[in-house]
This record gives sequence, C-alpha cells and structure tokens, in this order.
Amino acid sequence: MAGNKRKQGQVIGMGERVFNAVMIVLGIVITFIALYPIYYVLISSFSKPFFVENGDVLLKIKEFTTASYEAVFKRDGLWTSYGNAIFYTVFGLMANMFFTTTMAYALSKKYLMGRKLLTLFTVFTMWFSAGIIPTYMNFNNLGLLDTRTAIIFGFAIETYNLIIMKSFFEQVPEALEEAAFIDGAGHFRVFWNIYLPLSKPALATVGLFYGISRWNGYFWAMQLLKDDNKIPLQVFLKKLIVERVSNPSDAAIVTKASLTSPTTQVYALIILAIVPMIVVFPFIQRYFKTGLTVGGVKG
Amino acid sequence: MAKQQIKIQKKRNFSFVIKKIASSKELYLLLLPGIIWYLLFAYRPMTELKIAFYDYNVFQGIKGSTFVGLQNFMEFFRGKDFPRVLKNTLMISFWQLLICFPLPIALAVCVTEMKNKFVSRMTQMSTLLTHFISVVVVCGIVINFLSPSTGVINLVLEKIGVDPVYFMTKPEYFKGIYTLMTLWQNAGFDALVYIAAIMGIDPQLYEAATVDGAGKMKKIFHVTIPAIVPTIVTMLILKLGGIIKVGYEAILLLYQPATYSAADVISTYSYRLAFENGNYGLSVAAGLFESVVAFIMVILANRFSKKISDNALW
Repeated sequence: MAGNKRKQGQVIGMGERVFNAVMIVLGIVITFIALYPIYYVLISSFSKPFFVENGDVLLKIKEFTTASYEAVFKRDGLWTSYGNAIFYTVFGLMANMFFTTTMAYALSKKYLMGRKLLTLFTVFTMWFSAGIIPTYMNFNNLGLLDTRTAIIFGFAIETYNLIIMKSFFEQVPEALEEAAFIDGAGHFRVFWNIYLPLSKPALATVGLFYGISRWNGYFWAMQLLKDDNKIPLQVFLKKLIVERVSNPSDAAIVTKASLTSPTTQVYALIILAIVPMIVVFPFIQRYFKTGLTVGGVKG
Repeated sequence: MAKQQIKIQKKRNFSFVIKKIASSKELYLLLLPGIIWYLLFAYRPMTELKIAFYDYNVFQGIKGSTFVGLQNFMEFFRGKDFPRVLKNTLMISFWQLLICFPLPIALAVCVTEMKNKFVSRMTQMSTLLTHFISVVVVCGIVINFLSPSTGVINLVLEKIGVDPVYFMTKPEYFKGIYTLMTLWQNAGFDALVYIAAIMGIDPQLYEAATVDGAGKMKKIFHVTIPAIVPTIVTMLILKLGGIIKVGYEAILLLYQPATYSAADVISTYSYRLAFENGNYGLSVAAGLFESVVAFIMVILANRFSKKISDNALW
C-alpha cells in the first residue's frame, strides 16, 4: 500500500518537474516581455543615436554618453515641468487625503443620519459621469481654467479610493470610539487620535494610489492648463512626443558622430518620468494586498 | 427591580446617544468638505449636460444659444460617423474582452503555480510595475518603437529583410496595437484579484486531489479554476458593464487622422467635435449618449451579478 503510494508520487514527481521547469521558463519570458521595453528605452537613452537608429542597441549600451540627458536638461521648460509635477503631486495628494479621509470617516459611521443616501450620492458619480466637455465647461464657469487650483482641488476625491477608505474605517472596533466619547472626546479627536493612527496601512494604500495618479495624470492638466509655466512633466513629455511625430524626418540628420538625437532625448525624458515610480514601487508592493482585500470586490 | 435596571440602562444609553448627537456637529463638519467637493466638481458639471439640447454658442454661452430639443441627438444618430464610432467602440471592447480579460487569469494561475518563489515574485512584480507607468509614457514608447525610421520594431524587421511599416498610420493595425498595449500595461494589475482568490483556496482541496492521483494540470482545471469562478464572473460582469466606455486618454495619444477610421470611439469623437470643430451641442449629445448607456449597463450588470452569484458589486 505504502509502496504503491510512493511509486505514484514519483510518477507525479516527474511530471511535476517538467511542469515546474516550464513554469520557470514561462516566468522568465513574461518578465522579459514586461521589462524589455523599459530596458530598451534605458540603454538607448545612454547610447549614441547612430547606433540606436541603426538597430545596434538591443541588449546593451553602445558608446555610453549622457549627452541626451544633458540636452534634455537644457530644454526650456523641463525643470519647470518637473517642479510642477512635484508640486501637483505633493499638494494634490494633501488635498486628496484631506477630502477623502474626512468624508470616509463620516460615512463609516452607522449612526450618521442619511448615511445610505449620502453613500449613494458619492457612488452614483462612479456610475454616471458628466463627461469630458461638461467637466471642462464647469471648470470654465468656475473661473478655474489655467489655474493650479483646478488641478489640486478639482480632482481631490476619487470615489473608488473613498470607498476603500470607508471600508477600512468601518473595521475599526466601535468600542474604541465609545470609550473616547465617554471620556468626552469629540469626533475631531476620535478621527485624528484614533482612526488615522489605526489606519496607517489604508492611508498608505490610498495615498499611493492617489500619489501615482497625480504624478501620472496628464489629460486634465493638458486640457485645463494653457500656460507653459504651469504644466507638469507628463504634459511636457506629451508635447515633445507629438512634436516628434509631426516631423519624423529629423532622423536623417543623425550621423555617426552625433551624441544625441530627438529620439534618444525622448527616451531620456521617458526615463526621467519613470524614475520616481520605480523609487516608490517597493512600497506599492508592500501595501497592495491589504488595500485590495478590503476595497476590492466584495465577496 | 429588573425593570428599574433596564430603565437605568436605557437612560445611560440615551445619554450616550445624546452625547453622540451633540458631538455629531463635528461629524457633519467632517462630512462637509466632501459634500461641497461632490456638488462643485461632480454634480455641477452634470448641469452642463443641458448643452446637448441647445445649438450651443461658445461665445455667448447658454443664454445666447437656441434650444433645439433632441435635434443634436438626431444629428448624432443619423450622422455618417455614428455607425463607425459605435462599431469601433464595441470592437475595441470586444478585443479587450477576448484578450485582456482571460490572460490575467492565466497569469494569476501561472504565478501561483510557480514553485520557484523567486521567479514567481519576479514575474508578479515586473508585470505589476507596468501598470504604474503613465499613459503618456506608455504611448510614447509605443509610438517611438513603431516609428518607421528609428523604431526598434522596424529596425528588427529591417534586419530580417522586411520593409519598414509605418504602423501608426495604418488603420488595420490600430486595434491590435491598442489591445496589446493595454494588455502589457494592465495584465499584472488585473491578475492581482485572481491571485488573491487563488491564495484563498483551501489547501485540503489540493491534498484531496493529490490523493486521487491528479496531476498539476488536472488540479488547475478541476480545483483552481472552479474555485475562482465566482471572482471571474464578477469581473466579467464588471467588464461587460463598461463595454460602451473605452478610455479616451490612450486613444487620443495614439491616433491620428489617418487612423480615425479604426480608432475613433464615442468619447474621442465627442472630444474632437467640441475642441476641434467647436460643435459643443453635438459633442455633449454624443457624450451624454455614452454616459446614459454606460449607466444602464452598470445597473444591469449589478442586477445580474446579484442574481447569479449573490455578489453585489457594491
């Protein structure tokens, strides 16, 4: 009996070994597909354009040069837009967290009058949106076109994140706040001294979501901001790409001696736009699962 | 005696409630900023939907425009562009469903099946990373890689003796490019929910299958997949609910007049009508059509989901 079982185990073991080997190969292939485009952009941005545009830079840097980065750094508006991107991310994130946590706290209270209706009031906007043009007209009517205020406050709440935050707050034991109320604390203090400290993982998750969409956001910044001194990096990048597409003939100028070209400069700029994401990515990883299980699909 | 105790208890509860209500001024103050935000930036724009019923004049505003009833909608539905944008919208959604929906499930199964923890983590992290790269960067990469003169795809094609193709100007390639791009960007992120579901499967089920002599593939198809079917169904319904809404951000970056015939969806069409042609009335009518259909689909999807799996989406 026992021998029979072991034998069977060994047969499965052989099949399993093949299976595991296939899985490892598959994992490497998928990883390659995911990372190669970014890797290619990276090595091209540090190579001489002649080799890039000749198809010689596929696996490693050819004739290392930082000329493309130097050229990008000297471009009008690069540092302004980079600074703006940081500005919108920092202050936008602060607005996000203030509006989202305060409202999520109130909505998480079961004894809040009209709680159901108020929740519907927020969730409805996920189902039905006014659309691009009405949103634009609204900013226009509020006199917020071409203002930083529009970017920072106009997108202060994403309903999905609000719901994640609310679900987290709902899990804080009621006994805690009751004890605090009996001790004479008000909601401000309960919110600030009990809920926020207890919800650090949720704050991190939602904060990362918001921070990323702030850093990556381009559409509304492009629509609403006309002044080049106010645009963030993504809009700057977009303008550069469009500029490239509209006159692709400039590739002809590249010779073996040239240190940089429009193509390698776009690649350098792409790397500059990705770097902050790569830096925060390990943190995203860590907090992800908690955020998903609570806010994701309810089961 | 007992009655009195209950009375005291009730009194204490009552005073507690009073306290709560008294302090709930603070509660409503906490609620206030959010409410104001929603009114100002989510609901106020909806009042602008009235533009759809006007022959809207940008310079004179709604007061200087004439009310035309449903004329804009008639013009939209009868226009020569309507069949095209509707077809493109549905076809792009169809490809999303066919490619970008099942592959993340496969990815989740692969990642959880990988015995080698390092490879598993590496696969998971690298596919997730792409989700956090901005749409401008991803489209920038796509446009540059497909460039006829300097793009890596064409450089490689040239090396193997194929003439360069200017992919971005060819309508027949657009949907494929868009589908693969979104797959590359979102597969890892979309897989997360399935990975979580697979992690939640009772290990005893696998042990039982082992005892029954099931191999790896059998276990995947007879244990793993059936166990995550509820999650799959929920996600599918969610996707079906959004079928009329195709994200405009990436398409606006990728398309150009040469590819409008294959790339133009309702939202990008509406965008161009307003910001390029100045036809606000027609534009908002098209947008409103999209919003209303999307709303109905989402409500239906939720109903359906509740019915078949007891799983409301919210």
